[in-house]
Amino acid sequence: MNWEVVIGLETHAQLQTKSKIFSGSSIAFGAEPNVQANAVDIALPGVLPVLNREAVVCAIKFGLAVGATIAPRSVFARKNYFYPDLPKGYQISQFEIPVVQGGGLSIRVGAGDTATEKFVHLTRAHLEEDAGKSLHEDFHGKSGIDLNRAGTPLLEIVTEPDMRSSAEAVAYARALHALVQWIGICDGNMQEGSFRCDANVSVRRPGEPLGTRREIKNLNSFRFMQQAIDFEVQWQINEITEGRAIRQATVLFDPDTGETRSMRSKEDAHDYRYFPDPDLLPLEIGADWIAEVESGLPELPQAMQARFQAEYGLSAYDAAILTASRAMADYYVAAVAVAGGANGKAVANWIMGELAARLNKGDMDVAASPISAAQLAGLIQRIADNTISNNIAKKVFEALWNGEGKSADEIIEKQGLKQITDTGAIEALVDEVLAANQKSVEEFRAGKEKAFNALVGQAMKATKGKANPQQVTDLLRKKLGA
Amino acid sequence: MSDLINASLKELGAALAAKKVSAVELATLFLDRIDALNPGLNAFIALDRDRTLAQARAADESLKVGAGATALTGIPLAHKDIFCTKGWRTSCGSRMLENFISPYDAHVVEKLAAAGMVTLGKLNMDEFAMGSSNETSYFGPVKNPWDSSRVPGGSSGGSAAAIAARLAPAATGTDTGGSIRQPAALCGLTGLKPTYGAVSRYGMIAFASSLDQAGPMAKSAEDCALLLTAMAGFDTRDSTSLERPAEDYSRDLEKPLNGMRIGLPKEFFGEGMDADVRAAVEAALAEYRKLGATTVEVSLPNSGLSVPAYYVIAPAEASSNLSRFDGVRYGYRAPEYGDLNDMYSKSRAQGFGAEVKRRILIGTYVLSHGYYDAYYLKAQKIRRLIAADFQEAFKVCDVIMGPTSPSVAFAFGAKSADPVQMYLSDIYTISTNLAGLPGMSVPCGFGATHLANPMPVGLQIIGSWFGEAKMLQAAHQYQKATDWHTRMPGGLS
Amino acid sequence: MITYRARRFRQQTALFPSGSTLSTPLLAMSLSPEDISRIALLSRIELSPTELETTRDQLNGILGFIEQLQAVDTTGIEPMAHAVDVVQRLRPDVVTETDRRDDFQAVAPETEAGLYLVPRVVE
Repeated sequence: MNWEVVIGLETHAQLQTKSKIFSGSSIAFGAEPNVQANAVDIALPGVLPVLNREAVVCAIKFGLAVGATIAPRSVFARKNYFYPDLPKGYQISQFEIPVVQGGGLSIRVGAGDTATEKFVHLTRAHLEEDAGKSLHEDFHGKSGIDLNRAGTPLLEIVTEPDMRSSAEAVAYARALHALVQWIGICDGNMQEGSFRCDANVSVRRPGEPLGTRREIKNLNSFRFMQQAIDFEVQWQINEITEGRAIRQATVLFDPDTGETRSMRSKEDAHDYRYFPDPDLLPLEIGADWIAEVESGLPELPQAMQARFQAEYGLSAYDAAILTASRAMADYYVAAVAVAGGANGKAVANWIMGELAARLNKGDMDVAASPISAAQLAGLIQRIADNTISNNIAKKVFEALWNGEGKSADEIIEKQGLKQITDTGAIEALVDEVLAANQKSVEEFRAGKEKAFNALVGQAMKATKGKANPQQVTDLLRKKLGA
Repeated sequence: MSDLINASLKELGAALAAKKVSAVELATLFLDRIDALNPGLNAFIALDRDRTLAQARAADESLKVGAGATALTGIPLAHKDIFCTKGWRTSCGSRMLENFISPYDAHVVEKLAAAGMVTLGKLNMDEFAMGSSNETSYFGPVKNPWDSSRVPGGSSGGSAAAIAARLAPAATGTDTGGSIRQPAALCGLTGLKPTYGAVSRYGMIAFASSLDQAGPMAKSAEDCALLLTAMAGFDTRDSTSLERPAEDYSRDLEKPLNGMRIGLPKEFFGEGMDADVRAAVEAALAEYRKLGATTVEVSLPNSGLSVPAYYVIAPAEASSNLSRFDGVRYGYRAPEYGDLNDMYSKSRAQGFGAEVKRRILIGTYVLSHGYYDAYYLKAQKIRRLIAADFQEAFKVCDVIMGPTSPSVAFAFGAKSADPVQMYLSDIYTISTNLAGLPGMSVPCGFGATHLANPMPVGLQIIGSWFGEAKMLQAAHQYQKATDWHTRMPGGLS
Repeated sequence: MITYRARRFRQQTALFPSGSTLSTPLLAMSLSPEDISRIALLSRIELSPTELETTRDQLNGILGFIEQLQAVDTTGIEPMAHAVDVVQRLRPDVVTETDRRDDFQAVAPETEAGLYLVPRVVE
């Protein structure tokens, strides 16, 4: 039996402001409980919210980056429910008229040349405040409430139910994760909860109406997202196959068991009684403000990918890899700026080859690379101008990684790695090699091509790899009359 | 000293400036009166003599050196217990906040303190400002100083009774549907609700956020103008506070009324107003004509819908505003409970009184799924119709006048059994809150004149948006020609 | 859950004979005990069985009173959420607050180690 999986994602991205969305408290992570919860955040009687301008700027940036409509007038609403981490008894959010409407994200699913492109439509993105935290370690059978996080600005980004597999969901989440960091509105730190996803999952037979969905809450890693969705899909299929209808529910993923389970606290019938917050007036965003924000926005990944393909002849895949994160793209752009556009392809190869391998081995981000973009570019320039061969370049790379010198030039100089290109010197060397390896010469003349390679190897070995391999090859062939 | 309890704020200021009396002497005078008379009135629900006298000493110091002293420095006043007042218990008339010592000051409290005014104490009120008779206070009803068997009005009933009994020269109040004007009328005082947004709501415990507005209550329009000038002004902490240049609300007081056009809504003069109230209001209008004003009939065709629209909007906002009282961070928590929801439900059931619970339940219902459009959205549309009526009326008049309340103060218990009857006490005042307009009440005579204790009647003056100065001018010129505002209840001096 | 019954519209027109209130009876809603229980649960207000009955009567009285709004034609009228027609003012993104936890927790019913304590929260 064929099943179609339908997934929509709701992501809460914590916005990179200094203060909270409606108060002047700090949003820095990791403070002592409740020391960053002021009168507004703990909802003392009589306090009032005032909107943080920077949070709106973040929403505008996001709207521009996903090609959405920025609402000229949007409204804050109260979402009413009781929970101890929600001090006012309502969350200030946006309901009927969100600040960002529509738009979408292009994602690549799969790897390499087999990857496919897909466009995920966004329904909306709206500004809201975060809740505090309930700590469940035992306080004599009670829970402890920390309101430092209450009032932290969030952008909730909601997709259409466009994704058809856990792989697509993860690809979207990764692309979104990269984008929000790219435009500088979210630090993307998933451990600290700065980027949290809820997945709405349902299954249906192709062509049938949408099935009943269950919402998996608080997925804070891509791996868990994949596991949780896969488990949930299988569970739903089993339920339906065994004749049990799916009931709408909110579930949590337990990484220890790899299973999803219903949340008890959300079982109560809820009715959020949304209504426009009378303490906040309509948010107006004029075209001039949007233009001002747009002028400060960095080049977006999609535009950059197209440019890399056109200017440097990169493949779509390479361009996508190099724009997978702002740090990666920054590194590439900086390296090309030094190495020159003609070396764009070589720079890409080195970043995705040698550098990526070393970074992966050390589980490091490109931003933390011990070899700077300028250093890598210097190395590539020396390859391009034949100062060193590719093989020697790997040695220089290693030396740069280990901090043995400040630049490729310094290492080449210090370690005497400069390629020998003097024809006279190479000719003398070739003569020496031919004289010392008569056996190989015989074998070559007898038709063994392998013997030629051995002769090249001998010549390179004699110069510790510094001879220009092309020149050695050419001279050998000439001397052997081949 | 007895002339000091009847003195205007201007006279008190002059006496202080001339060193005829010190702020400490003045505060002591009123504190002693409070000690003597409050047990019979129940107007004050929090007193702190040491704190009051410390403020008075500071005021005397400032008067002595002259630095930073204002026309109000050293003059005592009392705050409705809806205003958060640092270090004072701020209960909002509720058991829920019986032990809540506010860790901060409301903007209004800050501003009046900055002007050098001395806080005498906190005033009783209907619980969370929900009531028109002061019978819903957890701390017991306030008695009307004119007749202790009658209500003082509400919700700022403590403020009204305190001033009427000369326990304080002035007080703060708040007005969501008439809570300044109606008790001012019922106690024979002058009280003013400013244009929505003129006075910051920061630190004023919210009842219905889109309607709540703080204002002054005092004996005269002149006093109210002085107080309003000190209370009003832009505050960055309230998003609905309006960014306008500071105003001197006394500026037009002495201008004559020649040519002022008074609109009389025909809907305010139909059936429903008691005959004694009508007689006093008509007499006041005759006085206005004598003073050079003209009257013109206007129509507010949707004003009949203001009470039902209000009883959708106000409870809806209140149900949400009062959700923060959950027994977690402050306020009442039930002594015994089971799980979390039980803690919430018992704490709120025991912490709130009947009227507050009723309004929370109504508000929850009208916002709930499937009913929002029929009730809340509908009421908001009607609110616009009501506001548009006023806009139309102000095309042909400068101020609008009518009764503040349909009757004089009623007896305790007279309307407690039927909430709707109680709600109709605010029938003439509610529409201005819905429209965001300024309104005031000035004493204009007495009703129930056949009784041993005739009761005050209030004339309501409604201004156009930001028309406070004009309203105050109309009130002050009337008060120069009449002496209703100087009358004092008998047996209290 | 909601039951409908014909209900005599409360006479309110006496005060405003020229107003636009109605004099014709409307189909007004009446809340059932189950409705009251649901509203009380949403509001987190415990009601005893007797309170539930009196509350039901009073709420039905109030709902009957506000029912008159239904008869008004509001086609094309924009809802009015605020008393003034202005837009949201924005605050600069500056941290202005200092730690006042001790002050704030002085009025809290129950705290420990800087946390507010509540009955155990079950997720």
